[in-house]
Amino acid sequence: MQATYPLVFAALLFCVGIYGVLSRRNAVLVLMSVEMMLAAVTINLVAFGEIARGADAVLTGQVFALFVIAVGAAEVGVGLAIILLLYRNRASVNIDEADLMKY
Amino acid sequence: MNDVLTAADIFMLLVAVTGGAAAISVVISRNVVHAALFLVVTLLSVAGTFLMLGAEFLAWTQVLVYVGAVIVLILFGLMLTRAPIGPMAQHNENGHLAFGVSTLLFLFLCLVIFRAFGDVRLDLQYTGAAALGEVIYVEWAFPFMALGFMLTVALIGAIILARREEGEGPVTDLADEIPARDSRDVTASPGAISAGARAPGARAAGGGSAPREVQQ
Repeated sequence: MQATYPLVFAALLFCVGIYGVLSRRNAVLVLMSVEMMLAAVTINLVAFGEIARGADAVLTGQVFALFVIAVGAAEVGVGLAIILLLYRNRASVNIDEADLMKY
Repeated sequence: MNDVLTAADIFMLLVAVTGGAAAISVVISRNVVHAALFLVVTLLSVAGTFLMLGAEFLAWTQVLVYVGAVIVLILFGLMLTRAPIGPMAQHNENGHLAFGVSTLLFLFLCLVIFRAFGDVRLDLQYTGAAALGEVIYVEWAFPFMALGFMLTVALIGAIILARREEGEGPVTDLADEIPARDSRDVTASPGAISAGARAPGARAAGGGSAPREVQQ
């Protein structure tokens, strides 16, 4: 298999995630875009482990990818709690309106 | 660069095209629930990519954790924040800038990837769960425990953040938020029950039916 396929797929996911984070209004959708960027990172970790092709590199890449998956799960939990709190206090999940600390 | 298309190449291309199209649908979909369901397809295609890279355990972990748990959490968040379910304007005014930034970054990354790894071929090598488990529990034992600790802390933090303050009473979120439309009446009436009186008050300050109007 060409090594470029998973790498380009990961780059696409990452850039689409950046677009979502920058342009979406709903905080839950921003969280989903962040999840996509994390998925891109895990693909890159596994793919570069395969490219480096040492006995250690393959497994190390996969262990790091596993860690990123766990961190992503924790991030979703805390992020949704924050979004619920935002909704409870501001009656809106539009992140453009969450500018209390802006000035 | 050799142009031989093997079965693995074709499968990987299919997975990547499906996942990429679903990812783009996630960020341009006007219906938030559709976006969450497109995210399922994207994460499944990520799992397929892991399978193509020989990481079997990671693929099933991805399916279990993301498709199983995270999507449920996200849908739960969508329902609980009463996100307007239905088509409406979901993008802010940064859309063109965001599109430019992401497109330029993607082109740059593609250039780098094709220049550096354009002629690298991977021969698929199966990495079973046994080898990965051995590495995790021997070499990475301490970071793995730290990871478990971090997950515990994150869950406790999420519960502390999301739970109601003291004095707000044992009112569940759902039962409390459904009559939010006439919350002014509840707070204005002298016999208002103390349970849940504070939360609707805070919400009434932002307008009773604000979440629907604001995002349209």
